[in-house]
Amino acid sequence: MLVPTFKQKLASLAGLAALTGSSGAMAEYALNLMPGVTPLSQSAYDLHVLILWICFWIGMVVFGVIFYSVLAHRKSRGAVASQFHESTTMEIIWTVIPFIILIGMAIPATKTLVAMEDVSNSDLNIKVTGYQWKWGYDYLGEEVGFLSSLSTPLAQVTGEEPKGEHYLLEVDNPLVVPINKKVRLSITASDVIHSWWVPELGGKKDAIPGYINEMWFKAEKEGTYRGQCAELCGKDHGFMPIVVVAKNEADYQQWLSAQKTANDADAAAADREWSKSDLIARGETVYNSSCAACHQANGQGIPGAFPGLVGSALTTGPKNAHIDIVMNGKAGTAMAPFAAQLKDIDIAAVITYERNAWGNDVGDMIQPSEIKAAR
Amino acid sequence: MSTTMTHDDHHEEHPTGLSRWIFTTNHKDIGTLYLLFALLMFMVGGAMAMIIRLELFQPGLQFVDPQFFNSMTTMHALIMIFGAVMPAFVGLANWLVPMMIGAPDMALPRMNNWSFWILPFAFAMLLSTLLMEGGAPAGGWTLYPPLVLQTGNAFPFLIFSIHLMGISSIMGAINVIVTIVNMRAPGMTLMKMPLFVWTWLITAYLLIATMPVLAGAVTMLLTDRFFDTSFFDAAGGGDPVMFQHIFWFFGHPEVYILILPAFGIVSQIIPTFARKPLFGYSSMVYATSSIAFLSFIVWAHHMFTVGMPLTGELFFMYATMLIAVPTGVKVFNWVSTMWRGSMTFETPMLFAVGFVVMFTIGGFSGLMLAITPVDFQYHDTYFVVAHFHYVLVTGAVFAIMAAAYYWMPKWTGNMYNETLGKWHFWLSTIFVNVLFFPQHFLGLAGMPRRIPDYSLQFAEFNMISSIGGFAFGLTQLMFVYIVFQTIRGGEKATDQVWEGAEGLEWTLPSPPPYHSFSVAPEIK
Repeated sequence: MLVPTFKQKLASLAGLAALTGSSGAMAEYALNLMPGVTPLSQSAYDLHVLILWICFWIGMVVFGVIFYSVLAHRKSRGAVASQFHESTTMEIIWTVIPFIILIGMAIPATKTLVAMEDVSNSDLNIKVTGYQWKWGYDYLGEEVGFLSSLSTPLAQVTGEEPKGEHYLLEVDNPLVVPINKKVRLSITASDVIHSWWVPELGGKKDAIPGYINEMWFKAEKEGTYRGQCAELCGKDHGFMPIVVVAKNEADYQQWLSAQKTANDADAAAADREWSKSDLIARGETVYNSSCAACHQANGQGIPGAFPGLVGSALTTGPKNAHIDIVMNGKAGTAMAPFAAQLKDIDIAAVITYERNAWGNDVGDMIQPSEIKAAR
Repeated sequence: MSTTMTHDDHHEEHPTGLSRWIFTTNHKDIGTLYLLFALLMFMVGGAMAMIIRLELFQPGLQFVDPQFFNSMTTMHALIMIFGAVMPAFVGLANWLVPMMIGAPDMALPRMNNWSFWILPFAFAMLLSTLLMEGGAPAGGWTLYPPLVLQTGNAFPFLIFSIHLMGISSIMGAINVIVTIVNMRAPGMTLMKMPLFVWTWLITAYLLIATMPVLAGAVTMLLTDRFFDTSFFDAAGGGDPVMFQHIFWFFGHPEVYILILPAFGIVSQIIPTFARKPLFGYSSMVYATSSIAFLSFIVWAHHMFTVGMPLTGELFFMYATMLIAVPTGVKVFNWVSTMWRGSMTFETPMLFAVGFVVMFTIGGFSGLMLAITPVDFQYHDTYFVVAHFHYVLVTGAVFAIMAAAYYWMPKWTGNMYNETLGKWHFWLSTIFVNVLFFPQHFLGLAGMPRRIPDYSLQFAEFNMISSIGGFAFGLTQLMFVYIVFQTIRGGEKATDQVWEGAEGLEWTLPSPPPYHSFSVAPEIK
């Protein structure tokens, strides 16, 4: 994300002083957990409400006694201190009663937890991969896979445009699932730890490099469900939302075949020769979704954190070194190996773009076939 | 007797000016240094919190970039935990433990000096990272790899400053234990010790047990980064989750390190102003010990979402729920102490009663967080942020404020300004709830923690929370004013200070002599 300019900071200060609200849609004051649309999110919600009420009533009793005592037993009202203390009976009572209440909570909690951890007999398996800062989804056995990143324009973040209804909770490619099917997610990460969370689908699970964690959900209602990465994962942790669209079986199958058709088209595209202008045009799109978060849209990077690409030795030097670092990343830095994330055509396009944008004028281009050969 | 006199006279020739504070081995001077250092760090960490709340005042990025925002949350936590709350408690221990057990000073005065003077260097090093290339640490105070390994030049400074803080804490803890075990006045049996001394004794053992674990964990981070080890790198056969297990094996006892001395403080103050003995002294001691024991077997409740086996999740859920029992015992004992007392509400009592009420709210949300299947929804949201700020701000910090008002007349010989103190309490209490209560709603509605920008349904409560935050922050300047005003002068305090106060520290003059008890007092 861009660093706000001084002018924007000033404008915000003015807004703050006037106590103006945010622009765009103002939702209602959401107070409570969402019951959600899966059996598990519903049981989590029921447990939450149960325990909230137990705490509420215990609180009423304890705080009631405190407030009564504060009002009645004060010296200014002539209260004389009695000197009673130590009562084993009382201590036993207020040890045993909470213990019994806790057992009452533990029983339903255990039942729900056992159901949550039962990932067997799934109807659909999806591999979820966390990246800095986007999600990758692979439909296992279907040959369908794609990246899903934030689609809110930067101008809305910096306040140059009014914020839309789903500000920061919208993506380019949502995860699409059929309703009433047990969907099992196998969750991992390629760089740092992330956490996959859609509140209405019930619960979250960390995406950890080297681990494959599992969770499942069964959406019972068609709709669009939004969530966010829940584990601090670096600079753009707040900008990697999750959107899940639950469709009925027929719509889902239609979506799936459209994905497969698009896949075939991309595979065919990788086999043909591309013109430089087409590569640069495609490269700009890829750059903005996969590279701009660190290296910035203008290629200047962030000094000290992310290197600039304008006139750098890498982007204006030999192309093999450039291809190598994009495909294999750089160990010990945030630079990820993009060979695992991007298709041949996208890697070729983005490198071509970087070598010919922002005044970089190398003039060469990289064909998808070269990337294929380098794999 | 005459030899005792000359011996004392010799000690009274202490240096003045700056060298008094640099070379001091006196528990009161060192206590003062700790407390003032904590106050300074409270302001620095508070300023960072103001930046956080300013950016979160409205949706969108207005003031800081996300990387700096993450640095602020990380540094705010490190400074408040290791720089403000822990040194404040050590400062209180320094001032109070010798006076409460009838000792002349702490057992190991030179180490005492050293353990304090490490801290300014540790925090200067930590704060200097703000100016470094790549920025201050931004991976969260929990330092989870692999993210923390992406820290820029600040990384080794972060690790070494944590090492220094750990060394300081361990030395402070050793000193407290040795003092309490060896220097109690004749007749001061363990079960006659004031509860503040008891809770600090247990806290000191927690510190000794866990700080080396943290030191080990951060050293492994250091070798992973610079010496090609792969403790936490899956690609090299390591395990990033192992760090979390080690960290929280330190981290959970650490949160009790931050609250047990607060329990002790409140257990001293409530009986004084209720003019009635503590309801269950021995059960308070046993409850504190049980909490300390349980703190070692609940760590993984901070990491329910890492994908533990079902049996592991069940064990940590049950063990965590169990903590509610001894904690409940403590709350019930405080309430029973107030019951049918003859209460007055000077500022320390206000803060103590505020502590009991608001710490209990934090306890309730803690119990909710213990329920694993629902924690999958609460985890890493603002619900957690609200929870730990209720136990740490209205818990630990309120108790420290209560202690400052309660013992300041003893330390300085001057009464603080009661009217200002009451204003400080009421404004703090109102605004701290405006600040943190709406964060429960934000978390339940789905707002993750540690994000610099948020979607629009969270706008209203964030704005309310920020307003509460700014007002709470400003209110604390009152506290700074009151403290310095009291140090400079004011109505003279009597030796007993409070009508209902009991304990050895109140038998000394206000302010007390340089060496607390040169002759051991007699304990009935």
